[in-house]
Amino acid sequence: MNNTMNIDTLTQIADKYKSQMTKITRRVTICGGTGCIANGSQNVYDELVKQLALTNIDAVVDLKFEDNKDHTYVMHSGCQGFCQMGPLVTIEPDNIQYVKVKPADVSEIVLKTLAGNSIVERLLYHDPVTGQKFNGTKDIPFYARQNRTVLKNIGHIDPADIKAYIGQKGYFSAYNAWTNMTDEDICNDMITSGLRGRGGGGFPTGRKWNLTRIEKNEKKYIICNADEGDPGAFMDRSILEGNPHSVVEGMMIAARAIGANEGYIYVRTEYPLACKRIKQAINDAKNIGILGDDVFGTSNGFKITVMEGAGAFVCGEETALIASIEGKRGMPRPKPPFPAQAGLFGKPTCINNVETLSAVPLIFQNGPTWFKAIGTEKSAGTKTFAVTGNVANTGLIEVPFGTTLREIVENIGGGVLTEDGKVDMDAFKAAQIGGPSGGCLTKEHLDMPLDYETLTAMGAMVGSGGLVVMNDQTCIVQIARFFMRFTQNESCGKCTICREGTKQMLALLDDIIEGNATLQTIDLLEELAHSVKIGSLCGLGKTAPNPVLATLKYFRTEYDEHVINKRCPTKRCKALTSAEILADKCKGCRVCIKVCPEGAITGELKKPHTINKALCIKCGACAQACKFNAITGVA
Amino acid sequence: MKSLTIDNRIVSFENERNLLEVIKKTNIELLTFCYHSELSIYGACRLCIVEIDGRGIQTACTTKPEEGMVVHTNTKTLRNIRRTTVELLLSSYNHNCTTCQKNTKCRLQSIAKNLGITNVRFKKSSAIPKPIDLSSYAIQRNPNKCILCGDCVRACNEIQGIGAIDFAYRGANSQVIPAFGNNIASVDCVDCGQCSRVCPTGAIIPRSEIGGVWKELDNPNKVVVAHFAPSVRVAIGEEFGMPSGSIVPGQIVSALRMLGFDKVFDTSFTADLTIVEEANEFIKRKEEGGVFPMFTSCCPAWVKFTEQHYPELHQNLSSCRSPQAMFGSISKKYLPEMLKIDPKNLVVVSIMPCTAKKMEARREEFKTDGMQDNDYVLTTQEFATMIKQCGIQFNTLQPDSFDPPFGHKTGAGVIFGNSGGVTEAALRYIVEKVENKPLERIEFAEVRGEAGIRAASLTIAGEPVKIAVIHGLRNARQVIERIKSGEIHYDFIEVMSCPGGCIGGAGQPVYFKPETRKNRAAGLYNADKMLQQHKSQDNQYIKDLYKDHIGEIGGEEAHKVLHTHFHNRKRIFHEGVSIIDTNTAKLTVSICVGTNCFVNGAQDIMKQMLNYVTEHSLENIVDVKANFCMENCDHGPSVSIGTEVITKANAKKVISELEAQLEQITEMA
Repeated sequence: MNNTMNIDTLTQIADKYKSQMTKITRRVTICGGTGCIANGSQNVYDELVKQLALTNIDAVVDLKFEDNKDHTYVMHSGCQGFCQMGPLVTIEPDNIQYVKVKPADVSEIVLKTLAGNSIVERLLYHDPVTGQKFNGTKDIPFYARQNRTVLKNIGHIDPADIKAYIGQKGYFSAYNAWTNMTDEDICNDMITSGLRGRGGGGFPTGRKWNLTRIEKNEKKYIICNADEGDPGAFMDRSILEGNPHSVVEGMMIAARAIGANEGYIYVRTEYPLACKRIKQAINDAKNIGILGDDVFGTSNGFKITVMEGAGAFVCGEETALIASIEGKRGMPRPKPPFPAQAGLFGKPTCINNVETLSAVPLIFQNGPTWFKAIGTEKSAGTKTFAVTGNVANTGLIEVPFGTTLREIVENIGGGVLTEDGKVDMDAFKAAQIGGPSGGCLTKEHLDMPLDYETLTAMGAMVGSGGLVVMNDQTCIVQIARFFMRFTQNESCGKCTICREGTKQMLALLDDIIEGNATLQTIDLLEELAHSVKIGSLCGLGKTAPNPVLATLKYFRTEYDEHVINKRCPTKRCKALTSAEILADKCKGCRVCIKVCPEGAITGELKKPHTINKALCIKCGACAQACKFNAITGVA
Repeated sequence: MKSLTIDNRIVSFENERNLLEVIKKTNIELLTFCYHSELSIYGACRLCIVEIDGRGIQTACTTKPEEGMVVHTNTKTLRNIRRTTVELLLSSYNHNCTTCQKNTKCRLQSIAKNLGITNVRFKKSSAIPKPIDLSSYAIQRNPNKCILCGDCVRACNEIQGIGAIDFAYRGANSQVIPAFGNNIASVDCVDCGQCSRVCPTGAIIPRSEIGGVWKELDNPNKVVVAHFAPSVRVAIGEEFGMPSGSIVPGQIVSALRMLGFDKVFDTSFTADLTIVEEANEFIKRKEEGGVFPMFTSCCPAWVKFTEQHYPELHQNLSSCRSPQAMFGSISKKYLPEMLKIDPKNLVVVSIMPCTAKKMEARREEFKTDGMQDNDYVLTTQEFATMIKQCGIQFNTLQPDSFDPPFGHKTGAGVIFGNSGGVTEAALRYIVEKVENKPLERIEFAEVRGEAGIRAASLTIAGEPVKIAVIHGLRNARQVIERIKSGEIHYDFIEVMSCPGGCIGGAGQPVYFKPETRKNRAAGLYNADKMLQQHKSQDNQYIKDLYKDHIGEIGGEEAHKVLHTHFHNRKRIFHEGVSIIDTNTAKLTVSICVGTNCFVNGAQDIMKQMLNYVTEHSLENIVDVKANFCMENCDHGPSVSIGTEVITKANAKKVISELEAQLEQITEMA
């Protein structure tokens, strides 16, 4: 088989891409991330291509042109990050980003911007508080305050075009690693860079590679852990969708470092687009001779197989993931032996997360010291976060370690969203960081720099980067229950204390929320949480109590309020609420009487009404209908 | 020698499997649910946790002992977690101890007691009870008592290589169930009951037939006879505080008489009978150039296993019935006349160390006029329960003697209960008969031992005879595969499903210590020594039986009464669907379109195959079939062409094989 990539061909491809890009006078990038697609970005793309064909603008949808003319290039990208505002249409070099674009807006964009070189003001991003307009990613605070390195190319290149990746120096680092570096050098560079695992544990990647490298075995594996399962997290999915080749290249470099000739990507099947893109990337890399039996003429081979998992959270745990690839039930086994010693099919195996691997090519392009200089001393580089919850700008962001929570929530995230849709930083209550394995941070942590150590010390963890913002109308006990329910459902059921312990913790939280608890309930909950944390077999069980422990640590009074006074301060716990009509505010308009489904409210016109608590089902319809805020106690 | 510190005591260690075994040396036994020395290490029950300086809390079963390790087994944290863990289990599962068949033998019960748990702080599960699976004759599954320790799953997989049960669902919904939640009788279970042997609670227990037996004993018109298997006599004492391996056949006879049995016989008698038939079958095969290896067929779980997985080996199995089946058969046939009773009133109760014997007794081949030859099969455990029900002080009973004629046996029939025992008993017959001179030595130590696969080579009358002795069906499968691949050859192979043979059967008293099985095995070999005769051929009552009733060894009557046949129980063996079907076909192509093969591209192979056949006008020469699962899912897609099976097939591979075979056909024509 004579299909081996060499440096000349690689350079040719890169040069051709670059020269073609000089012929692209304008680039219109329609976001093809899952969020934007769900909001109809494909229709926007189709409409744009259709309408451009009717104009005299020389628009192309791929880079297959051979002529020397100038073109407008219409392309799909991966997730551009600003998911709250999708579908996004970015126009360069004009520095324009149109938000919430609908197919009906396309004709105006074509007419005014692409043909007329002017801006459609109404499609620009407006600050929800000040109303200020921003043209494009260079000045929208959501983007301007980020440091996008891993995510840099996502949103800029066509993820389905390997040439575009090569055009951005792609695969040159892999070439260099395979042909000019020793395995030891690669590991040393990785150690120097300070990169730590982005999947949750934060183990130094270079050391992990080295541990696998020193194992003597003819067969070794590199696995990419793409089993992203935290509720609200979508960093890895976005990388696989938006820049799949960076993961392939990262795996190639890792393979070279540890001496693996086979790799697996374990991705959940409920990420169909990510599966499709990464499979295509692997195929393309194979077809042009980057992956294969003779990588870069070294006569060593490397192949990658995509394994689609069924979406079990526990399969993010290394040993469960390995079991799943082996065709067994995804259940963890005790360590040691660590995967580096006996992993997939009993062979030395290195498992890295998607984001970790996609940072690898960048480290080798720019040098380990470049990477080391970003972030904090112990936590080098940047971290992506999926910012969701009660925040103005939900989306995918990337910031250097050491950035404060306030910077993320207030400046990048645009502030906290209140119940009535306003933006108000004062409404910040907490942020759950690290998903169901993490913990919550509170107001007092807003100005602390975020990195592995400080987060762990605060009872949270970096995790894979889910960041859920909560406003002051969020019941903290319900939040704890939400995550507990998640981990309970996702516990593999193998070890007693995790399986049964999470179930009972959930039951105890239910008791608190249902008003059936006493202070002893909280004590038992806390004791059980500690037992599960130290007694469980794997990471899932060991971290499952974190949301409970963290909320107990920072919001003990709110728990106490639930059990002592049987009151939920945010009125979210129905069993603890009781509707009341404030006589001084009630105008006696009878509106509440009409909406009450149970006929629980009585009263005469223009006289204060009363609620029969025995009949009230606490649905809150009356409070919602009252124009005078006269009904309290129900949300 | 290396050493470590356990609770401030220095302990030396060598090659202990794990820290748990080292801790045992300090007279501390950490209680566990999921640790079994003969199964893989699982680390799930979390009860054997210890604190190791510098490493925090670890499970002792999963930790390798290391030089200088400082281990604490009894700290406040450890006690709290252990207590919490057991409380959690008690809150979740049904524990109506007093009415549970496992009462006083339940690990959950004993651990809760040892940890001093007197109240459960957690809410009792309000889940709707799951139905009890009574589909099997051998075992019953009560999922409400399952604590998910996984012991049964590993026993089924690691001892038998079957995997009839496994984990399903997640979190608190986790369950151990047969595939797709089917009942146990409809999956690959061979009824060996090893799952029930390792089950720490009452979640899997042998099915009980005690009620039926009492009904017969209470009926004055019935003549109820009992026979009990060799290994029962060295195990039942354990139920009554006697040391394991105590040899108590006489006490059993006494107890049976006290319970009201009319006659007490010995299954070892028909074990002798089995040897006479089986050894002769072997000699005949040797003389006439029959099929080898010849496998034993005494173990019903093994027989069912071959029926399900290796029906092609049925001609290799000895056609002899098992001692239990022979006993049932000869009893029903000859006893009424001997005892001068109405055949309708004869009830045969078999007492076995085995759960699979319950299934065996219900096989159609072992019924006469629709009635089971063995009407009831009790396990050793059930028999002990009956004794206890009557308050009989078994351990102080005076021994009594068996009834003639089926109570007389030789030592050969007694060692049947040990793995290697059938082989040794057969050799005592074969060597004497073939060499045609009195046997010089009785003991064949080369076939004794504990290993799961043992091989021996003997020279009998100058001819080399290769023998294998296997226990555990996983081991059996391994040997069969090696035989099929031509890698090894044996003349005679004994297979017993349970560890150590029948002494380790699932119907035996529950035991946790590996020594127990060793003691039982030694007990049987001692019982052999204590008897006057050691060779089945010397049993006068056997000789009489042939003279008076059966006639010739291996003759027509013998075949009717003492031999059997086997069934193909492969779950998928039907023909599949014909896509191209003519009468003139010279070659059949079967393409597996089972789920796994389909997913891996069988559909494409099918399409291209059909194209190929039509394009080359081969419709009259090649038949094409769609097959549903060739049970080769690991290596799919599977395609068979003629007798050739292609695994990991693709269209190219299949078509080139087809072309090659077509060429051969044309050449032959």
